[in-house]
Amino acid sequence: MTETQSPIISIRGLTKTYEGGHQALKGIDLDIRKGEILALLGPNGAGKTTLISTICGLVRPTSGTVTVDGFDITKDYRETRKRIGLVPQELTLGAFDVVVDTVRFSRGLFGMRADHKRVDEILSDLSLDDKKDSIVTRLSGGMKRRVLIAKALAHEPRILFLDEPTAGVDVELRKDMWRLVEKLRESGVTIILTTHYIEEAEEIADRVGVISDGRLLVIDEKENLMSSLGKKQLIVDLRTTIPAVPESLASFDLELSDDGARITYTFDTQGERTGITALLQAMNEAGLGLKDLNTSQSSLEDIFVNLVKTDNER
Amino acid sequence: MNVEAVKAIYINEMRRTRKTLMQSVASPVISTVLYFVVFGSAIGSRIEAIDGVSYGSFIVPGLIMLSLLTQSISNASFGIFFPKFTGTVYEVMSAPISFVEVILGYVGAAATKSLIIGTIILITASFFVELNIAHPVWMLFFLVMTCISFSLFGFIIGLWADNFEKLQLIPLLVITPLVFLGGSFYSIDMLPDVWQKISLLNPVLYLISGFRWSFFEVSDVSVTVSLVMISVFMIACLLAVYAMFKTGYKLRQ
Ligand SMILES: Nc1ncnc2c1ncn2[C@@H]1O[C@H](COP(=O)(O)OP(=O)(O)OP(=O)(O)O)[C@@H](O)[C@H]1O
Ligand SMILES: [Mg+2]
Repeated sequence: MTETQSPIISIRGLTKTYEGGHQALKGIDLDIRKGEILALLGPNGAGKTTLISTICGLVRPTSGTVTVDGFDITKDYRETRKRIGLVPQELTLGAFDVVVDTVRFSRGLFGMRADHKRVDEILSDLSLDDKKDSIVTRLSGGMKRRVLIAKALAHEPRILFLDEPTAGVDVELRKDMWRLVEKLRESGVTIILTTHYIEEAEEIADRVGVISDGRLLVIDEKENLMSSLGKKQLIVDLRTTIPAVPESLASFDLELSDDGARITYTFDTQGERTGITALLQAMNEAGLGLKDLNTSQSSLEDIFVNLVKTDNER
Repeated sequence: MNVEAVKAIYINEMRRTRKTLMQSVASPVISTVLYFVVFGSAIGSRIEAIDGVSYGSFIVPGLIMLSLLTQSISNASFGIFFPKFTGTVYEVMSAPISFVEVILGYVGAAATKSLIIGTIILITASFFVELNIAHPVWMLFFLVMTCISFSLFGFIIGLWADNFEKLQLIPLLVITPLVFLGGSFYSIDMLPDVWQKISLLNPVLYLISGFRWSFFEVSDVSVTVSLVMISVFMIACLLAVYAMFKTGYKLRQ
């Protein structure tokens, strides 16, 4: 992947205000590179689905432009849409459809000549061979997700959008899915996926963009981003409640829960040392009994808060 | 023109129809037979011929129209309402197709289905009464125009409706009364003067009248007026659908 290549999708000053007056996108500028896997991270309501839906033609932009392969999504919608496959966030499938029929339908709908062999191959890539003649409503959630992917791939798009592909998906299917994504990328398909989970972006993406409240806060190579975002927390449940954090622990970045039963310690995974050993020792010396210990990656919410804070300070 | 897409929608809709073929054909056929038994034979035998046409024959065009209208509307409205309801319409909206192609696919399929049902009823009717079609080409023309324009109308209802109640509302509250009061079972000459005038406001009257003329060369209003009325109705529906798509009506935010 070279930086000099012209972007396959180019978004400039994109805003979207829904009918009710809610502004879901507040000026997005984004270039998506040909052949990359881009993960869009963001909390509920950030505007991820709105962004994707706009590019795919489901939502009309309020202002700004989007081009796909140099074609404008409104003026040249036929050109842009035939290049794009979309796997929606919701499991939307017709009630009485048969798997193979619905995939053939998708292919035709996007203007491709019927090709039963090609459709069979796509089904087989998604391990749907034996479900070919099943009625979609009788499939499990994971299987439905596969059918939706098959439908999105039926017209052999150059760009694939996966809106929260791992919602309600087990480990096995997730692995399968990442394998498929990898295979698609090797054949030159550009993939854009949304997720709530940093781990997931880390696992699969080349670049990661963070969206919050209708704004693209950062977009960067995964490695750069992870190192700057990586914060962890140690959560300590106390045997007895305490009214305040003891003086002797003041040097640590601690937070005491309202009921005085839990202490949260935030540390930087990129730092030389985590300070956990020192903290535990200090707690022991202060006479605090421990009931339970837990660590957690700082939540996406925290990261957004941090990002927005730095964003405002800039 | 994305011919493949039109084909895909059309085939998909027809496939849906095939699965429910028995219901969709059986119910109009059974109700037609019932109408014939009740009106044609039982009551009809005591009703004198209207304009020289036996009552049993007289009601055939009206009965066909009754089925065509209700079938066209329900097929077409369900055809688009259902994907909207389940959310699968996202696929159509994200496909490289224009509104004309969407309509060709959905309305084309709905109209085809009504046409098939209309034909079946006509054949069924011919077992019960003697049918001489005076102007077969015009008969077919009225048949096809009615199927298309009322499928378009159904499509509009399907787009407009955002719940099942609304979907049933128009056919129940508007279409059925219009058909019954549009001279399906009588000639409006039989009505008192005031009601004759009121009947002239009913667009379905023109349809039935024109259609009946193609069979028996008897009509309540002139054929030309019938032709103009159905054309106007069709154009009005086309314009409405066009406006709805232009604004993304309830499909694109
Ligand atoms: N059709 C709509 N009409 C009005 N507001 C909407 C509509 N769709 C989405 N919104 C609002 O726009 C905002 C962004 O929604 P969007 O679905 O794009 O978020 P998201 O990042 O995909 O969230 P999630 O992670 O929950 O899927 C939300 O506040 C949502 O309520
Ligand atoms: Mg979403």
